[in-house]
Amino acid sequence: MTLTALIALLSHWRRKPGQLATLIIGLGLATALWTSVQAINAEARASYDEASATLGGGTVMVLTAADGRIPVSTWSRLRRDGWAATPVIEGEFIAGRERFTLRGIEPLSAPGGEAAIAPGDQALGLAFLTAPGLLLVAPESVEALRAMDGLPPVEASAAVARGEIITDIAVAARLLGRGDQIDAILVDTSARSGLTPLDQLVPELERRTGTSNGEVAQLTGSFHLNLTAFGFLSFAVGLFIVYAAIGLAFEQRRATLRTLRALGTPVWSIMAALILEALALALLAGAIGVVLGYVVASALLPGVAATLRGLYGASVSGALAVRPEWWVSGFAIAVLGALAATALSIRRAATLPLLASAQPRAWALASARRFVQQAMVAGGLLLIAALIPQFFSGIIAGFALLACLLVGAAVILPPALALVLHLIQRIARGPIAEWFLADTRQQLPGLSLALMALMLALATNIGVGTMVSSFRLTFEGWLDQRLAAELYVTTSDEAQSEQIRQWLEPRTDAVLPIWNADTEIAGRPGEVYGVIDHATYRDNWPLLTATEDAWDVIAAGDGVLVNEQSWRTLGLSLGDPVELDSGSPLTLVGVYSDYGNPNAQAIIGLDALTARYGETVSRLRYGLRLAPEEVATLSEALQAEFDLPANGVIDQASIKAFSLAVFERTFAVTAALNVLTLSVAAFAMFASLLTLASMRLPQLAPVWALGLSRASLARLELLRASVLALLTWLIALPTGLILAWVLLAVVNVEAFGWRLPMHVFPLDWLILAGLAVLAALIAALLPARSLIKRPPREFLQIFAQER
Amino acid sequence: MLLTVDRLEKSFGDGAARQRVLQGVSLSLEAGESLAVTGESGSGKSTLLHLIGLLDQPDAGTITLKGEVISELDEAGRAARRRDTIGLVFQQFNLVPSITVAGNLALQARLAKTHDPAWIETLAERLGLTDYLARYPEQLSGGQQQRVAVGRALATRPALLLADEPTGNLDEDTTQDVLALMLELCSDSGTALVMATHSQAAAKQLTRHEHLTGGMLS
Repeated sequence: MTLTALIALLSHWRRKPGQLATLIIGLGLATALWTSVQAINAEARASYDEASATLGGGTVMVLTAADGRIPVSTWSRLRRDGWAATPVIEGEFIAGRERFTLRGIEPLSAPGGEAAIAPGDQALGLAFLTAPGLLLVAPESVEALRAMDGLPPVEASAAVARGEIITDIAVAARLLGRGDQIDAILVDTSARSGLTPLDQLVPELERRTGTSNGEVAQLTGSFHLNLTAFGFLSFAVGLFIVYAAIGLAFEQRRATLRTLRALGTPVWSIMAALILEALALALLAGAIGVVLGYVVASALLPGVAATLRGLYGASVSGALAVRPEWWVSGFAIAVLGALAATALSIRRAATLPLLASAQPRAWALASARRFVQQAMVAGGLLLIAALIPQFFSGIIAGFALLACLLVGAAVILPPALALVLHLIQRIARGPIAEWFLADTRQQLPGLSLALMALMLALATNIGVGTMVSSFRLTFEGWLDQRLAAELYVTTSDEAQSEQIRQWLEPRTDAVLPIWNADTEIAGRPGEVYGVIDHATYRDNWPLLTATEDAWDVIAAGDGVLVNEQSWRTLGLSLGDPVELDSGSPLTLVGVYSDYGNPNAQAIIGLDALTARYGETVSRLRYGLRLAPEEVATLSEALQAEFDLPANGVIDQASIKAFSLAVFERTFAVTAALNVLTLSVAAFAMFASLLTLASMRLPQLAPVWALGLSRASLARLELLRASVLALLTWLIALPTGLILAWVLLAVVNVEAFGWRLPMHVFPLDWLILAGLAVLAALIAALLPARSLIKRPPREFLQIFAQER
Repeated sequence: MLLTVDRLEKSFGDGAARQRVLQGVSLSLEAGESLAVTGESGSGKSTLLHLIGLLDQPDAGTITLKGEVISELDEAGRAARRRDTIGLVFQQFNLVPSITVAGNLALQARLAKTHDPAWIETLAERLGLTDYLARYPEQLSGGQQQRVAVGRALATRPALLLADEPTGNLDEDTTQDVLALMLELCSDSGTALVMATHSQAAAKQLTRHEHLTGGMLS
């Protein structure tokens, strides 16, 4: 019996393939966006776990030398003693106009071994190990490197992030001019029983515990939570399509359901049939969604991997593996989503009165009472959103606020639109205008879900767009201030450093040492920099808050500046003592912005730095002040005099370009998800208009009979879609701005440790309004075209037959 | 006695708006008998059929079908009797638009698990639907659609067929055509028929005739 009822219900889709396609695509897209985010998160988690497992559960020791260079023989000594150790060389490498991070590894001892180099490609793995070596890069960088002479063969690898080159350590040493020196040695300290202790074996090296799995997870947790929230938002927008399609199908099958009931089908049997139908659709759409999600995730993963590496130093594979956790999650969310979207239909089917009119009604006709109820629910949610910051803090509270804000704004949209249309109707003149507005109000319930999806997508776009643009503006200004030196020099050792310093003194306006040491700032691992007393800092260094005599106190060696992240995390105030792991506490005299750095950082006077940290200070880098027109000449002279590699001398513009490229990469994923969410919303609008078009004849036929041509009606349909999109944008605008504020003032502070000033970009809003109208017009075009082509006899049938 | 309706009462609305549609209606029907219930619009004809067809519940009174008091059955029991024992024909046809004529003809029999392809084929033949089995309801005329509805209702060989204004949407010739077929098939299969109609001409073709006025039979 249930099977017979199911077959009768399923037959509806055979007659309405477009509607079925809408439903499947909607659920598929929603699942795809969710799955892609889950896949990326799963890949990242797996990478953290893998690194942790390979390197002994996170017990990695990083060995570095005070002067930054370790002889290869030191690594050999460790290996001979039985330590699981692997060498690392890292440096910047410029190819044409592109700047890369060149990373040299020793594949046989590296975490993951040979398999990590070229998964599934033995030949590539072999080429990597044998002369002349191999450069592995992201596919989009292959051409730039192949165009350069004197390089080993270049191969594309999805496992490599954009802007990165992976090669054998010998090749890296040659390209970076390192000779037999390496930058660091990673040692697995978990299996050290019977081995010579490291402090005896390599006393000359500094030892620091590498970022453990737990720390990486903690650092990247906020980033993944952000991604998950975006994925969930995309899924919610997609779910609107599913809900709309299932709701419409219910209304269209209302008569069939009633007939089935009248013919003796029990309620439970109809409910079972509806649930089975939802499950079947969910499994089909889920399969499509999981495959699509894989494609989207594969496209986004290299960018995310680069972002995680750039922001947190977390190593994530650039290639996506099919993992049960995300495809199961994809199917689960598709099933849950379909059941959630079907729940209302099932409830309606269960309570469907047998004797109500069998005519299909226009999809939940609006009533004033329903709008009042919606407005009350929305008001409650918005009130909760307003109260959350008063009573709660933290990232979860931030996301709860966002959820209440977005859902509240979405729920209030239909009553707000009805009110606006009602007000316009009161001042409208002319019968067509009056009919148009009345008819638009009547259509609102049918379109409300699509409009809510559009509103969410627009608000997200405005919110995230404002956040990213504010960040970009602030970041650019910050870079301009912070990168005040015209030229930056990195020397290879301390002897060379001193030589270069002396050589530079008479040739520049100022030589600003960029010396630093690893330290603990109030118990948190970080680094401390030393600065000389120079106007460059007083004029340019971006301080968020400071005492009036901050630079004097720093110069005297009595004060300390900390970065914003430390200031917020440690809850410090000006005048507080700040403990460094060497010497007595220093007074906090200022706080500076330090975007892109997840770690604690402090600045003290240069003399204080050398006095406190002695030999552990890295004294290899300098910032040079000189006239801009002398930069090129000095750069060439410096390289020629000291045989420095190309990346040893970098001008300000190159560093800014590199930093901005990292920034753009960081938000590439956000931008991609933003566009996808907007596309899903546009599709929701299209789907609703298309399906509603078939139910609109009873409203249009009388007006047509009274003398409005089909072309006029079609034009009015286009106008209606545009007006509704524009009104929706008007409501999305304040919602989006509040969203941006929450992201900047709450979520970013929790996730990254810095707070950004909010800037507004009215031109972007206008462009978005144009896009919204354009999307609505495109969505309405096909239904309008079919209206023009609809034969007059179909209009006449409205009058001739019972519908 | 196949059907006994005893002092059936039904009202709609509350308070001052309360309208007593049926006020103690009683009737009985033997197997194979046909009864026409006539009356003005709003006289309660449809309500009476809805109650007998277990689509609605009476305020008072009982309905007994094949010796069982069906008016006191629960929801599941009422659905089962509608499925197995009663056939329904509506003025609006109420066919499932997304399945073919063949599918609609067999629908109730499949639900009742009494599907007999040979009987369905016979019904289709006698109702003149053989050439239309692969079509969808919207591709048929009103008369053809009503014949499908009659076939669907008789496909389970019900003991009782209830037809609520079955010819209300049809022209005169088609009315005669559909009515004759319905009566013939009921007679051949021993199915009792209760038909609500406002047409005196149609009523005269049935074996018995009752007139409903003021909520009572006269």
